[in-house]
Amino acid sequence: MSELLAVSALILMFSLLLGLLRVLRGPGPGDRMLAAQLIGTSGVGILLLLGVLLEQPALIDVALILALLAAVAAAAFTGQAREAKHD
Amino acid sequence: MIDAVSAGLIVLGLGFYLAGSIGLLRLPDLYSRLHALTKADNLGLGLLTAGLALHSQELFTIAKLLLIWLAVLAAGAASAHLIARHARRQETGR
Amino acid sequence: MNTPSLLAFDGLLLISIVSLAWAALATRDARRSVILFMAFGLVLALAWGRLLAPDVALAEAAIGAGLSGALLLAAVGGQQGARSGSAQNAGHADPQPAVRWAVTLLCAGVAGILGWALLESFDSSARDTLAQAVAANLASSGVSNPVTAVLLNFRAYDTLLELAVLLTAVLGIFALGQARPGYRFAGPVFDSLARWLVPLLILTAGHLLWVGAHAPGGAFQAGATLAAAAVVLRLAGHSHIGLPAGSVLRLVMVAGVAVFLLVGVTLLALGRPFLGYPPAWAGTLILVIESAAMLSIAATLVLAFLGGRPQALWQATGAAESVPPAATATPAALPEDSSGAATHGVCKEEQSRC
Repeated sequence: MSELLAVSALILMFSLLLGLLRVLRGPGPGDRMLAAQLIGTSGVGILLLLGVLLEQPALIDVALILALLAAVAAAAFTGQAREAKHD
Repeated sequence: MIDAVSAGLIVLGLGFYLAGSIGLLRLPDLYSRLHALTKADNLGLGLLTAGLALHSQELFTIAKLLLIWLAVLAAGAASAHLIARHARRQETGR
Repeated sequence: MNTPSLLAFDGLLLISIVSLAWAALATRDARRSVILFMAFGLVLALAWGRLLAPDVALAEAAIGAGLSGALLLAAVGGQQGARSGSAQNAGHADPQPAVRWAVTLLCAGVAGILGWALLESFDSSARDTLAQAVAANLASSGVSNPVTAVLLNFRAYDTLLELAVLLTAVLGIFALGQARPGYRFAGPVFDSLARWLVPLLILTAGHLLWVGAHAPGGAFQAGATLAAAAVVLRLAGHSHIGLPAGSVLRLVMVAGVAVFLLVGVTLLALGRPFLGYPPAWAGTLILVIESAAMLSIAATLVLAFLGGRPQALWQATGAAESVPPAATATPAALPEDSSGAATHGVCKEEQSRC
């Protein structure tokens, strides 16, 4: 089972690298942000697998924080600043 | 036996993750690539957490894994919407 | 535990870290480099997890991947993305060769020092001595998480000074002037996301604070998560983001350093060394200090995101007041919307479509 977990982490890491290609290449900032979200989700998966594999249950907490804050990053990217106050 | 089911679920989840990444690379434009993102979020992470939950068999861990999956689901859906709307506005010009 | 697949995993991790760092530095567009930097923070958190350092991984995930990204994006600003970036950079001349050579030599020197430190660390005798010393004294430190014991007990003085540095940073932020204007109402989708995300972030912050005594967690990670909750509210377009106003805010900002100093001086008055906790009280004292520090750290990070003095800082109460917009720029307080926090799901405050 632990060998399966290690290979799974490797495959997820490879999937993360594929997302990396899109971050580096993606023609617009939206593509890059999108790929960053996918990297975040892959990272959550990797952390969960590592948490079981390396027997560090705290890594599940790290995965939770990562999942929650990836949404914050996407919102910051698309937030529209108010120019001056409305009225 | 449980290990076999858990392993199967994890492998299936990996398949969806890879499908998401390959879709991200191969699909033609931003709006279609967003679909690839949600495949990894929903089924990829979902099957992965299901497999790990079966493997761990501790209630608190299972609850945390479920919470992570639900958070990623909802946050991923909202993020995809926000990114798509932002890109649309960039295109049409506000 | 180093199976071939784990080694291959490490290799791929290294490749992604280095290529992300290189790309983030090599690009001229500010927004692009910020997004790359955010992805870099994500992968770095993975690296910390792989190195069995969950406390640092928590801090990196909260601060490096999430909050720094949001902060930098807010600072870079602009909706035009690549266009504004290239327009800004068009006016900058390339640095002169002398400057370039100086920076290159400096970076090479730092890399050399790091490499030497890495080689020294392979000699494990010194490293194990420190770890053994911590392990030997852990029982009397009041907590069972060695990282928290080091931060809040054995090296508490360093943490006190770090909190003082954060307080100084707040003074620097206030020197920037008024806070940036807020965000437009972000639409019902993001608003409904914020409705469950903010309470969950607050709960997680409390969980990290409490659990820091016996598992990875602690004041810094909890403070960063709490700040993320306020940032989400800000991004959703709300004016009330949980930051107190007036003198309460000033109290919160100094709370970390103040409580630390209070505990230390009280112990000094009782005849013990400065910050030398009595073993029976150590756990409680650490929790009290960490709670105050969490609030200070959260307030500091939120103020950093706001980018200046918040409008309501010098008002006596936190009540929102409608002030007509002034024609001139600086001394006018940016008007708060009178509806305040009652904008849930209703698109009445902005002209943006829902």
